[in-house]
Amino acid sequence: MKKTDNGGMSRRTLLKGSAITAGFIGTQVVTGFPAVHADEPITLRYLSTATNQSPAIAAKAKEITGINIEYVTVTTDDVTKRIITQPDSFDLVDTEYFSLRNLIPSGNLMGIDAKKVKLVDKLATAMTKGEVDGKKIGDQGTAPHKVFYLEKQRGKEFAKEPTEWITLIPTTYNADTLGIRPDLIKRPIESWAELLNPEFKGKAAILNIPSIGIMDAAMVNEAMGKVQYGDKGNMTKEEIDKTIATLIEAKKAGQFRAFWTDFNESVNLMASGETVIQSMWSPAVTAVRLKGIPCTFQPLKEGYRAWASGFGLPKTLKGKKLDAAYEFINWFLSGWAGAYLNRQGYYAAVLETAKENMQPYEWAFWMEGKPAEKDIMGPDGGLLEKAGTVRDGGSYNTRMGAVACWNSIMDENAYMIQKWNEFIAA
Amino acid sequence: MLDEKSRWTPYWQAAPLAIVFLVFFVLPLAITFMVSFWTYTGYSIEPALVGDNYASAFDKCIDSLPDLCTTFRTYLSTLKFCLMVWLITLVLGFTIAYYLVFEIKSPTTRIVLALLTTIPFWTSNVIRMISWIPLLGRNGLVNQALMGAGITHEPVDWLLYSSFSVTLSLVHINTVFMIVPILNSMSRIDKSLIEAAYDNGASAWQTIWNVIVPLSKTGIAIGSIFVITVVMGDFISIGLMGGQQIASAGKVIETQITALQFPIAAANAIVLLAAVLMIIWTLLRFVDIRKEL
Repeated sequence: MKKTDNGGMSRRTLLKGSAITAGFIGTQVVTGFPAVHADEPITLRYLSTATNQSPAIAAKAKEITGINIEYVTVTTDDVTKRIITQPDSFDLVDTEYFSLRNLIPSGNLMGIDAKKVKLVDKLATAMTKGEVDGKKIGDQGTAPHKVFYLEKQRGKEFAKEPTEWITLIPTTYNADTLGIRPDLIKRPIESWAELLNPEFKGKAAILNIPSIGIMDAAMVNEAMGKVQYGDKGNMTKEEIDKTIATLIEAKKAGQFRAFWTDFNESVNLMASGETVIQSMWSPAVTAVRLKGIPCTFQPLKEGYRAWASGFGLPKTLKGKKLDAAYEFINWFLSGWAGAYLNRQGYYAAVLETAKENMQPYEWAFWMEGKPAEKDIMGPDGGLLEKAGTVRDGGSYNTRMGAVACWNSIMDENAYMIQKWNEFIAA
Repeated sequence: MLDEKSRWTPYWQAAPLAIVFLVFFVLPLAITFMVSFWTYTGYSIEPALVGDNYASAFDKCIDSLPDLCTTFRTYLSTLKFCLMVWLITLVLGFTIAYYLVFEIKSPTTRIVLALLTTIPFWTSNVIRMISWIPLLGRNGLVNQALMGAGITHEPVDWLLYSSFSVTLSLVHINTVFMIVPILNSMSRIDKSLIEAAYDNGASAWQTIWNVIVPLSKTGIAIGSIFVITVVMGDFISIGLMGGQQIASAGKVIETQITALQFPIAAANAIVLLAAVLMIIWTLLRFVDIRKEL
């Protein structure tokens, strides 16, 4: 959690522009290997947050494709920072779609060749078209389909129509909502507005990652009828002011017990009973439940705040490493990894192949919202849910179909950060 | 020839440290200063010479008076912690050092006890803070004890995620920085001076106030500098123990860095540096460290 690379930003940023460095490393990859070593296994440095990594997937990939996956683990914000300031420090990145508005103009990622991705036509329509089961879903914020294609491979503009150059090949996505302690609240919770209900004074929390926290705050404001947004994912200055004003008012009234910035903090707050209602992520809810403490990832009538992440390739990747990256991506979409992710409560990019790799009762529980026929095991084999339980929020179509907005970076991002700091200082 | 050589020797001897300082201190600081005048977008920073970053650091600070702007409010809160922590660590540090130097007669015991004060510092900063959480939380040990003893019926909320818990953890972390320099100054006080004070009829308090405190001034000043600089720049303790609800200058900078707004973060870093330097400059008005060392 402690960030180790805060010191040398400016130095690195200076280095970043140095085409010499990039060119030098690029050349090494191509010509550096003597021919005798041609059959040596290739190692891909895989940059992402801890939630997107799992030793089991790396081990399976090694077994099937022979490619070594070397995980480079950093926080969400640091993934973005790395791509922008150290584009040569990884071979493959798993990053969120919402960061693309900063990543693509930097020119440090290259478009992925759709022709080399075998299952490109099978990618979930929630990602490619913003549709679930043929119906349009919430589009506010940086919905993946808005930033899915590039005009050209090394382009800095997003294409409006599908092209053969894809920004990120989806890995996982999900719909987030509030987590609650049903045993302590003891009544149904149906609206985002409940986060600021004085009934939970001193027992609520919101996450202190401004770009995501502001979206949760917007869902709350809209639910309370305080602000009507044009686009929650791209607010005007006035909308930002109003949103932050509500938060400040609630903070001064003592509504919040704490704010959290990382997964574990959110688990601890909820498990210890310091909070009973808060912004939360799906695996954090699972983690609380695994401690034997009741916790619900509560579906709410205003819908979900969704997010998605996917594989991107650094512009300097060449030769064997580039081929290996495509091979790995193709393997990743071929089902085993997708099934693994589905069992974690995330959603796989290609649903058909994931289904082939899951037991029918697992698929029915995770994806169709049916009561579990048998005990549901987590991907590591541990007991997750007893037979008879139903997944919070129900089926894939119900959950993803109820998406209201997507994580995003706003045009007024700098202003929003400034106002967010004002909220923290209030 | 010999003269020539000896004239340069001190420079060569000082060179390694000077180079380390130059590369790892002066240069990064100069770059930070330079970048604080640059412009930025979400993905790039552009060389420029604009005061926008400083202007937005002090946005509405004059207009909104007498209400405090974000920056002033943040610094006021940080200064408040600074003062509290400084006072408490000073009293604690001075008392502990006094006890070790003047009350413990055996040098071996003194060394052992002095080392004992450093034991909490064998674990990481963050671990030391996190260990307060199960103690102070709503369902923590302290609340359980209070409720068990019938002192309160409802759990006490202000123990954790409050100014109290922040001050507590900062004192916990920083007291040793006060103890060590004061201990060092005190152990160099000539014992015959204290005997002379007693012989001249000074009471114990008079001796402390008129003899020991003035002679420990250097240690107090050095300890104060350590504590003040650490607290002014802290954002991890204030964040963790304050439940992220209490602003600190460091947290503002961190938020801006994670949002890739390096120039404005650099401007805020320079402002923070200036604030800390002003405090230290004031402190050095009272004690001439160079003379005393």
